[in-house]
Amino acid sequence: MQIYGSWGKLLSVDLSAGKTSEERIHPITYRMFVGGRGLATYILWRELGKKWGSVDPLGPENMLTILTGPLTGYYPGIKLVVSGKSPQSGGVVGSAISSHVAYSIKTAGYDGIIVRGASRDPVYIYVRDDLVEIRDASKLWGLKGLELTKSLRSELGRDAPSLYIGPAGENLVRTAAVMARWFHAAGYGGYGAVMGSKKLKAIVVEGSGPLPPVARRDEFLKLRYEVIDKVAARSTFRVWGTTSGLWRVGHDTSSEPIRNWVEEWHNREEFSHVAIEKKYWIKNPWADWGCPLACMKVSKAVVDGVTYYTDGPDYEMGAYLGSNLGLFEVDKVIALSALADDLGLCGIQTGNTMGFAVELYERGLITREDVGYELKWGDFYCLKRLMEDIAYRRGFGGVLAEGTYRAAVEVAKRRNLPSEEVLKYAVQVKGIGVGAHGIRSRKDYPQPIAYAASVQGGDHTSVAGLPADSEESEISSAFLDSAVVCSFTSVEEETVLKFLNAVTGWGVTKEELYRTIGLRILSLQRILLLLGGPDVRWDPRVHDDNPLRFYEPLPSGPYTNSVVSRDEVLNSIAEYYKQLGWDSYGIPTEETLRKLGLYDAVDVVKTLRRELGVS
Amino acid sequence: MWPSASRITIYEYYPGAPIPHYCIQCPDYPCVSACPTKALSVDQLTGAVLVDPSLCTLCLKCVEACPGKVPKTTRGKSHVLICDLCFGDPACVRECSRVGYNALKTVKKPSNTGIKHYAKPPELVAEEFGRKIYM
Ligand code: SF4
Ligand code: SF4
Ligand code: SF4
Ligand code: SF4
Repeated sequence: MQIYGSWGKLLSVDLSAGKTSEERIHPITYRMFVGGRGLATYILWRELGKKWGSVDPLGPENMLTILTGPLTGYYPGIKLVVSGKSPQSGGVVGSAISSHVAYSIKTAGYDGIIVRGASRDPVYIYVRDDLVEIRDASKLWGLKGLELTKSLRSELGRDAPSLYIGPAGENLVRTAAVMARWFHAAGYGGYGAVMGSKKLKAIVVEGSGPLPPVARRDEFLKLRYEVIDKVAARSTFRVWGTTSGLWRVGHDTSSEPIRNWVEEWHNREEFSHVAIEKKYWIKNPWADWGCPLACMKVSKAVVDGVTYYTDGPDYEMGAYLGSNLGLFEVDKVIALSALADDLGLCGIQTGNTMGFAVELYERGLITREDVGYELKWGDFYCLKRLMEDIAYRRGFGGVLAEGTYRAAVEVAKRRNLPSEEVLKYAVQVKGIGVGAHGIRSRKDYPQPIAYAASVQGGDHTSVAGLPADSEESEISSAFLDSAVVCSFTSVEEETVLKFLNAVTGWGVTKEELYRTIGLRILSLQRILLLLGGPDVRWDPRVHDDNPLRFYEPLPSGPYTNSVVSRDEVLNSIAEYYKQLGWDSYGIPTEETLRKLGLYDAVDVVKTLRRELGVS
Repeated sequence: MWPSASRITIYEYYPGAPIPHYCIQCPDYPCVSACPTKALSVDQLTGAVLVDPSLCTLCLKCVEACPGKVPKTTRGKSHVLICDLCFGDPACVRECSRVGYNALKTVKKPSNTGIKHYAKPPELVAEEFGRKIYM
């Protein structure tokens, strides 16, 4: 069977056995799961589904998947999707990252890389077309991002596309990211720790062949220019990138995390894209491979004689390593963002945990005795120290390195409190810190059920919403992450679908996307999330909910007192599940599973129902 | 699409400092003189270096002679790749202007020999450029 847009072939690396091989994926599998997030979910389900609950995300039995999609390399903008069993949620998170490795994998002749097992000693994977080697990385182990990039370059004699981890991943920090190109991170899911658990420091891929053939070349070229022209016209976004969110979200829509989400509004002009551009940007625009949009900007700041570089800070970094920590001095936010990049930490997840820690300190739930020093809002020095302690698991940093949810449970235990007493300050959903877009003002894009009903918890790039068969639904993100399209260069769904069909020759309709393909991916992700384990198990009756903070009325700004109610949230979730063909607990019904061709899930779901006591 | 067969390559040694690397058509064409099989010639109209795939033996003498180490090799091509200026209508320039970056422009070839200074290995350009924006 001829396949277009993909090769139908993955590179499989077994680090325990030190062996590499090729793995065929049937064209029908692509048609059913598309690629990227969808394909990852399928592979994880097929291989680990039966024993999911007992698989330790940081053990050798977990897999790390690095997958492209059929649109990788063709659609303007570039991403790949990192996945595996998540050490944060216990489910599957599709974690997208811009990286040259994406097109390089394809030009090397593969659609992705699957890493199984674990090495005893530090290694890195080197791929140059047909040549695949597992190489010694003992000299690279311990290096931070900037040093590592240089060392790899001198070891290889040239610049080669790579994915890597920093010290945080090596130290199995659950908020560690898989990094690329200095400032790029696949943060959600915690896959930096999965790489670390496999003693895998980096994956270098140099591909020199062509991309796989496309089905309808002329139509593809026409659509490509249509998309390029549309995307290139987004001039505001090109000029300001996401940094403008620091004003748009923080001031206008009032939905930016401020001091662990106590507030969501600010009016500090110095904390806006306009002020930041003037003072800190040294290069604008800056783009990823093949991208007509260029949302990135290189910023530079000197703090105490040390020079820091980062991208932006883009909105999420500025919000989570700035306002969420009560820090509004931009030079210091740039420094924290650069530090997170260098240590290989997800700035969102780590900033979420740090803000949580400062609030606990303020409330006396943790003290100087626990931490070793004082924690204060906006105090760069203690925040920097805290971030480093997390990356190296030093002292109390070891507790916070487990991420907000697990740290909350541990603090409660140490204080002899019921865990709810600490969890009420944890702004996370199912182990994943909520992205920097609040729901209380109702002026930002996420709906009140965005996180509570998401299969990727607090992930702001994969939000649930009504109606379930529209771009508001999480199916839409699942689709973009499976075709693998950057969400900033994506255009209206109809055109992306046409694009997909021109490349693959499939003929997927909107109906098929929402009723079959997307729903299939989402349903499997939901089942794996509820199977969870080994240390977390989510109960839909308890955990399909917002962090408690989101039920407090907004205390300041233009939408003061605006609030969402739990009743409203629970009702909308019920409606959303119903529209998806899931039962009231969000478990796909037997009928839905059969319709989607997921016959082997039927029994698993029966067991799941029994275990939850809802059969 | 075949990124590594592109005759223009972008290197990035420092964040935000990409280095486009391609043939600058040296006035004295050292690559052409270095080629033992006469696979290289100069297009009279555009001044671009043309490669005759049937004559090229991939001996890489041209790369040695090129001050910028420009001629490229890639898997599946049995000859070197050198920018042919798209016979006068550069596709790279068209694409770059289309998205509004305007980093590439078509200019008239300067008559002096100073142009040769532009043919440099990307590492060197990166060092100079990087020093400028990062110091
Ligand atoms: S829009 Fe931004 S994130 Fe997306 S590919 Fe382009 S530069 Fe990268
Ligand atoms: S590589 Fe080909 S073009 Fe270059 S010098 Fe040798 S034969 Fe001539
Ligand atoms: S830049 Fe290199 S390839 Fe181009 S004309 Fe000069 S020597 Fe030849
Ligand atoms: S002018 Fe044509 S051949 Fe030369 S680099 Fe540009 S696109 Fe390639």
